[in-house]
Amino acid sequence: MLDQGKSRGAISIRNVTKIYDPEGVNVMAVDDCSLEIPAGEVCMIVGPSGCGKTTLLNAIAGFHSVTNGEIFLDGEMLCGPEKPLAEQGADRMVVFQHGALFPWKTLAENVAYGPMVQNTMTKTEALDKAGEMLAEAGLGDMAAKYPGEVSSGMARRAEIVRALINDPKVLLLDEPYRAMDALTKSIMHESLLEVYDRTKVTIFFITHDLEEAIFLGDRVVVMTTRPAKTKKIVDVDIKRPRDYTTLSSNRFRELVEETKDAVHEEAVKAFEAGERELA
Amino acid sequence: MSESAQNTMTHSESHKRGDSSAPKKSSKLFKALSSRTFWRGVISLIGFVIFWEICSRMKQWTGVEVPWIGKVPPPTQVLLAWTEIFWLPGYWESWYLSTGRVFAGFIAAMVLGIPFGLCLAVNRYFHDIFFPPFEVLRPIPPLAWVPASIVFWPTTELSIAFVTFLGAFFTIVINVLGGARSIDIRYLRAAQSMGATQWDLFRKIILPGTLPSIFTGAAVGMGITWEVVLAGEMISGGGQQGGGGLGFFIWSSYMGGTVAQVIVGMISIGIAGYLSSSLIRYIGSIAMPWRRLF
Repeated sequence: MLDQGKSRGAISIRNVTKIYDPEGVNVMAVDDCSLEIPAGEVCMIVGPSGCGKTTLLNAIAGFHSVTNGEIFLDGEMLCGPEKPLAEQGADRMVVFQHGALFPWKTLAENVAYGPMVQNTMTKTEALDKAGEMLAEAGLGDMAAKYPGEVSSGMARRAEIVRALINDPKVLLLDEPYRAMDALTKSIMHESLLEVYDRTKVTIFFITHDLEEAIFLGDRVVVMTTRPAKTKKIVDVDIKRPRDYTTLSSNRFRELVEETKDAVHEEAVKAFEAGERELA
Repeated sequence: MSESAQNTMTHSESHKRGDSSAPKKSSKLFKALSSRTFWRGVISLIGFVIFWEICSRMKQWTGVEVPWIGKVPPPTQVLLAWTEIFWLPGYWESWYLSTGRVFAGFIAAMVLGIPFGLCLAVNRYFHDIFFPPFEVLRPIPPLAWVPASIVFWPTTELSIAFVTFLGAFFTIVINVLGGARSIDIRYLRAAQSMGATQWDLFRKIILPGTLPSIFTGAAVGMGITWEVVLAGEMISGGGQQGGGGLGFFIWSSYMGGTVAQVIVGMISIGIAGYLSSSLIRYIGSIAMPWRRLF
């Protein structure tokens, strides 16, 4: 066995195909996609809107079945030919597009929800722990507020805390910072990097913002337009810890240049296909 | 975040917030009473009453009758009629009887309608079996049930309560069903990923997620029960058993030919309905603290 810190959260996606079949019209969302994500890697998935990135995430999280292929987590099969739908579990926590904090719970209650339903902590313990973790994330004063009372940036940060309290092997982020302004986004990036540097949790991050991908990732996987396949994989050899000054470094610029064409090509294809986005 | 909260307030409100150092409850009341919205409402009501008075008296003053409103006795006369019947126990008994009927029907509709709507929403088999008959019965107006209801139930009182119940029941069920169905699937997925059981999902996600729709349904249902109970009282004629109620009060005033009293009855119902929906809004704001932000 590998050592404890490094053995958690390796994802292996092998020849995964997903065909949606709404009203008898086959739509191939993912076509024979394979990807190895070592434990503790920040893997950024970039591709045009509706290319099937989210489909892949949903398959890992257990929200959707796969039509073909297998996905493993730390050598254990999540889904495969006999079990096309993975079980949902707290080892893979999702942070959703537009955020999905429960509006009827305060931030602290939201964060405490996982340990409470898993019966790993009593309500008081869970709320104490939640308060602690929120304070660590700079949200100490916000613990008793409802999600509707805080900014979207704070809500998203709290949602990451809600995921982390479950000590997941993998964080699955589905365009979490979409529709945020550039300034808020950069603050969110730094706080995510800070979380990563602290926990070294494997991160599977979907985005269509190339600069975001290179700034945050160890590797950037460019996907083709639907059906999604890996088109290009770029290793980001910028050392951590990174901060906003990284954005103006030469290496960062070079990597953006190197990847831009691949992304643009697929975006054009996607645009010309003109199809509606799939969920 | 108090900055963004304050940004959403108007200038005058944020100003007032700054200098009110009284305890929270009284300052809240003070704020409500000193808000522009409140005074606009008061001015609007006074203006309406003056307009009505002038229109009613127009014939007396100029000989020209204002159409429609000219036939109605002026508010001063209505007020006079009110002060007369205000001291009669029969008037308050009417309030009591109608309110009792409304709440009996309404509470029964909530008690049965909320679980029924939730079952329809969460269980496919339950939905497949019970939804079609429900949909056939739903369009039948509550008043069309009156004759059947009189046959069903031994007393007039029960018949009226039953018709009242029907008025609220269908509305509440439809709202609960719609509300539970429209809960964002991401909430369910997030909860399930964190290890929530079916019971956790129901109790912690579906139920609170449906609360806003439950209260919308309750507010609409409450309005319908007032409509239905009054019509029920008029039709049943108040009888010996059914007795009284504001609907019967209006009807007998009409028969007795005192239009001012009819209007007293109508305004009474307006006030009763307003109080009932205020009560529901109040309970709603207690049950859903996350909805009364800022």
